[in-house]
Amino acid sequence: MLIAFFSDIHANRQAFEACLVDARRRGAQRIVLLGDYVGYGADPEWVVDKTMELVGQGALAVLGNHDSAIGNDRENLHEDARLVIGWTRGRLDVAQRDFLAALPYTIDEAPRLYVHADASAPKRWIYVASKREAADSLAATSATLTVCGHIHIPALYSMSAGGKLSHFTPASNVPIPLLPGRRWLAVAGAVGQPRDGDPAAAYLLLDPEKNEITYCRCAYDVEAAAKAIIAQGLPAWFGDRLLAGR
Amino acid sequence: MRSFEPGTLVDGFRIEGVMHHGGMATLFDVTQVSDNTRLVMKVPHLAEGDDPAEIVSFEMEAMIMPRLTGPYVPRFVAAGDFEGQPYIVMERIEGESLLQRLKDLPLPYDEVAAIGCRIGEALHDLHRQHVLHLDIKPSNVIMKPDGGAVLLDFGLSHHEKLPDLMQEEFRVPFGTGPYMSPEQLLGVRTDPRSDIFSLGVLLYFFSTGVRPFGESEMLANMRRRLWRDPKPPRLLRADYPPWLQEVVLRCLEINPAWRYPTTTQVCFDLANPGHVALTARSEKLKRDRWSTVLRRRFNPELPRPRMSAIAADLSLAPIVLVAVDISEGAADINETLRLTTAKILATVPSARLACLNILKQSRISIDQTLDDEGRNKHLDRLIALRQWASSLKLDPAQLTVHVIEASDPAPAILEFVRSNKVDQVIMGARQGTVMRKILGSVSAKVAAEAPCTVTVVRPPRFSSRDNGPAA
Repeated sequence: MLIAFFSDIHANRQAFEACLVDARRRGAQRIVLLGDYVGYGADPEWVVDKTMELVGQGALAVLGNHDSAIGNDRENLHEDARLVIGWTRGRLDVAQRDFLAALPYTIDEAPRLYVHADASAPKRWIYVASKREAADSLAATSATLTVCGHIHIPALYSMSAGGKLSHFTPASNVPIPLLPGRRWLAVAGAVGQPRDGDPAAAYLLLDPEKNEITYCRCAYDVEAAAKAIIAQGLPAWFGDRLLAGR
Repeated sequence: MRSFEPGTLVDGFRIEGVMHHGGMATLFDVTQVSDNTRLVMKVPHLAEGDDPAEIVSFEMEAMIMPRLTGPYVPRFVAAGDFEGQPYIVMERIEGESLLQRLKDLPLPYDEVAAIGCRIGEALHDLHRQHVLHLDIKPSNVIMKPDGGAVLLDFGLSHHEKLPDLMQEEFRVPFGTGPYMSPEQLLGVRTDPRSDIFSLGVLLYFFSTGVRPFGESEMLANMRRRLWRDPKPPRLLRADYPPWLQEVVLRCLEINPAWRYPTTTQVCFDLANPGHVALTARSEKLKRDRWSTVLRRRFNPELPRPRMSAIAADLSLAPIVLVAVDISEGAADINETLRLTTAKILATVPSARLACLNILKQSRISIDQTLDDEGRNKHLDRLIALRQWASSLKLDPAQLTVHVIEASDPAPAILEFVRSNKVDQVIMGARQGTVMRKILGSVSAKVAAEAPCTVTVVRPPRFSSRDNGPAA
């Protein structure tokens, strides 16, 4: 039973659709959504509707900081991001806003843990940017595999039995064995706004039986997503960075 | 820890006995009960308080082995976590470990070259699969009865597409002291040329009977190889062939950039001694002067580690074969061939060019080596090939010329491609000649059967259609 993980969709309909098709083609049977369904992108209604539909079919979903900002003005976002959140509020109906507000910060599916950012303080939205944050996150739970997103750059951390931490920049589309006897923290890249220099949408595929994780990349119609951002009058650089994957 | 007494069943494998009790693991002779095949089970020593390096090294091997394929590595059968006691089960390789040859050293030069060539082939296949061995030494090489080499023990290996737990976990370098490359001593685990260095140590040892950097496993002694060059083999054995010294010392260069770029190129030289470009390395009869050594000691020659992809490196240093027809009337096509070759070489500066000419032999009569005017045909062709290649202005080490006598050119070209692991063939297609109509096209046969890219070059010419009026 393959599990697909989608993080940081950010209202990018084109990317999300392409990833869903790609994941099904690769045999994904379960879906876990790691937060930030809205923000930056031009299609929040469609993406939230799709998320609600998937959750109705059994998918798991956690809350992201942009989702939280929809009903909570105290989230710390930069000015342009805040502007898009304001625009998004005016697009979402009550059911959609209630759905986002009710999402949990973490989901514990032992031995796996799903969270948008670092697991030691999920409400503080700390970026897992280095071994230091990865160690804090792993130390805070007993999960053998934690899966998160938030930073938009794919990474894989592992902690040995002796507590030593290792970092790995995963190659795309190569299954990586998650050796037993270690604890792992998989940081998914972004579906809707990749920032590792590759504009292709990023998601994860986990094979729990084989204990292998694959960092998948999926090409999609980037131009259409960028044009939609400009057509909605949102900050144009959110579209430009889609084209560059930065 | 579980018992591994003979007769014990472990997940469907029956323990028959101990094959080898090593420092980090024990190898058991086992039988797969389901189909009665004899296999090998490797069980790491993981007692309490053991060096964590042994655990991590075993994890690495369990991760890398299942991903390797081909005739140069033992086939992976199973890995297990047997009540907290991990193991790997793999194919049992029949053959002789190179360790058993140590008593016969030094070996004859041609035998050393043949062994080196087989190890080089195995390493090439490993590098192609994105894996560096990083622990090449006699005990990790088995020579099969058919002459091929099989590499063992991937506990220190690096897989370019998988997390390198050894690199992350430990600051000290791991490897086998006498064989470890200078960059490995500095903690670099990502350079395929480290395996070329270790192969060079093995070649030196097997051809002289002496290890080039001694036997020390002490880090301080091992680091001397960062500035101190080994004794030239010719100093140790008066009859040592200069070409072999050239190959061995080039493998042992301190700076990886000065070694061969790929193992295929090492094999090419070992298989073609007459074509090795001899440099000052081949002439050395004593070690570098102390002033040179001291300069290196305080001005390290080893630059910062590089971070490029292994498999991409292989394609950056290809062996390109160009089949050149020297006969009359081939001038047109040879010019096109030269232009195409120059273009291809311009994009890959580390490429090696092998120029090949087939000296056609009659199928029936015995040919004379001398032509009608009494000149040596073979030698004439070599000179003509060099002349053809001269305008490409290649470094002498980049170019080799070969004249092969054969009655049928296509199989001869294909044989050369296979035995020298050629990456790309460039050849001309002669159109509309009588010979082509009778014998079929050589280029078509090579293009169809070669195990690599084949570029068929045609001189531009107008077809009959171009002569008619436009529709």
